[in-house]
Amino acid sequence: MSRYGRRRIANRVYLALSFAATALGLVFLFLVLYALLRNGVPALSGPLFTQATPPPGSAGGLANAIYGSVVMTITATLVGTPIGVLTGTFLAEYGKDSRLAAVVRFVNDILLSAPSIIIGLFVYEVVVKNMGHFSAWAGSVALALIVIPVVVRTTENMLVLVPNSLREAASALGTPQWRVIVEIIYRAALQGMLTGVMLAVARIAGETAPLLFTALNNQFWSTDMNAPMANLPVVIFQFALSPYSDWQVLAWGGAMLITLTILVLNILARILASWSNRSP
Amino acid sequence: MTMDYSDATAPTPPPKSVPVKPVSDPMPPRQAKTLPNLTPQIATAAPATTAAAKLVVKCEVRDLRFYYKQFEALKGINLTLHDKRVTAFIGPSGCGKSTLLRVLNRIYELYPDQRAKGEVLVDGRNILDPGQDLNLLRAKIGMVFQKPTPFPMSIYDNVAFGIRLYETLRSRELDERVEEALQRAALWNEVKDKLRQSGLSLSGGQQQRLCIARAIAVKPEILLLDEPASALDPISTQRIEELIAELKSDYCIVIVTHNMQQAARSSDYTAFMYLGSLIEFDETEAIFTHPSQKQTEDYITGRFG
Repeated sequence: MSRYGRRRIANRVYLALSFAATALGLVFLFLVLYALLRNGVPALSGPLFTQATPPPGSAGGLANAIYGSVVMTITATLVGTPIGVLTGTFLAEYGKDSRLAAVVRFVNDILLSAPSIIIGLFVYEVVVKNMGHFSAWAGSVALALIVIPVVVRTTENMLVLVPNSLREAASALGTPQWRVIVEIIYRAALQGMLTGVMLAVARIAGETAPLLFTALNNQFWSTDMNAPMANLPVVIFQFALSPYSDWQVLAWGGAMLITLTILVLNILARILASWSNRSP
Repeated sequence: MTMDYSDATAPTPPPKSVPVKPVSDPMPPRQAKTLPNLTPQIATAAPATTAAAKLVVKCEVRDLRFYYKQFEALKGINLTLHDKRVTAFIGPSGCGKSTLLRVLNRIYELYPDQRAKGEVLVDGRNILDPGQDLNLLRAKIGMVFQKPTPFPMSIYDNVAFGIRLYETLRSRELDERVEEALQRAALWNEVKDKLRQSGLSLSGGQQQRLCIARAIAVKPEILLLDEPASALDPISTQRIEELIAELKSDYCIVIVTHNMQQAARSSDYTAFMYLGSLIEFDETEAIFTHPSQKQTEDYITGRFG
């Protein structure tokens, strides 16, 4: 057979394998989504948003868990974003190729891929044990520790993408370096950096393991950051494993809510990213 | 772009007859079509002003050496720049002309593996002195780059940015300064109704004039232009050159260019550089009519480069 003929066949084989692999992935994704929609959509109802988690056998909703998830996610984002942005700025604008920056980058990569249950255990040891009880603060700290490496990475990547010509142009006017960064470079990279924060929020919105040992859960409506606080992932974990069918329905409802939230956040992040590509 | 080609494709007449005149000849169609009344002004700009008022030394470069890591990019440059004159740096790619320009405001300091040795005296003070404040130096020495670099903000804020760094003005005064800078950069009429629009929304030529407006808004004493027209079309290029002729009554201007007609048209002095050395430095007319070095002659007649 000619060399060209062999290439055509090899091409077809690899193409077929690629399609098969893609199809396999998509099939399972859609099976998961199908199960979620079939069980989750009927679970969505008014009381889901207005009533607290019930004892088994009585009516109730997820209001306290929704509140807890929103509050802890926002707190973690507010704590983690500034630290992440400043670290990313250090790496991209000041540290660059220095030894210190290389070490920070390496450690950050480890943190980025650390199993989240380890972060939960760490915060349990450091915060929960010292406070003597579970709390929403501990949960927020654990989630913030997940936000930081994501934001560090995206911030650095986005800042490095800003062309040096812009730094030169700003410096050539006699602009101090911190103003070059804050007033010019951040502005040029803003949408990309926001996208990174969005992805970090999407990541922590569904995290269960770090909250198990920190915020734990709360059967009742509570806004006290110093007390254990209900949250969607742990409620889903607990209710889905329970033998009570009304709890299982609530767990499906919670899973539906988290999935929708993450979907919306990802779409927003994509829209932001495409805007930033349009205006260089 | 067409202008760059004309360097290489121009017929090579005997060197003695190269000067100013044939230099503006390759482009009569463009000038005639767009702004015919400006043609004589441009052609005579250089000779007319060389005869004018007395020379003031603004900047003196002494035995300047420059290194990218270990590579010596400038090998002992000596040069004098005069106030209210335009000096052009010409030479083939990699000859060090941009490097020399980037030493004059120490913008190379942004990169840790670049360093300069020697002396650059501006008004008698060595700006390579480690004690020199870089921000104050750069506020005094403006720079415009090869590619337009508008900041990601409104047209107004682009120009006001540099002013706000060093002056606190009431908004009326700031408005006036912004308008003045845009007027001088010949951009005001095109943008006066859209000052709040992003600077990125302008065309390439407009963006470059915006960058010039931004540079002159802070009232620098020296203006460094690093191939300011090389990314622009001929009409925008002509605008920029007119602007240089206009601005030189106030500034000491240094322009790096690949385009020899541009050097001949817009400068009073020309420095020809090759492989990191200054081969010849003289009045532009002299360089283009009777260069003393063979290399200079070969370069300006298009025999290499």
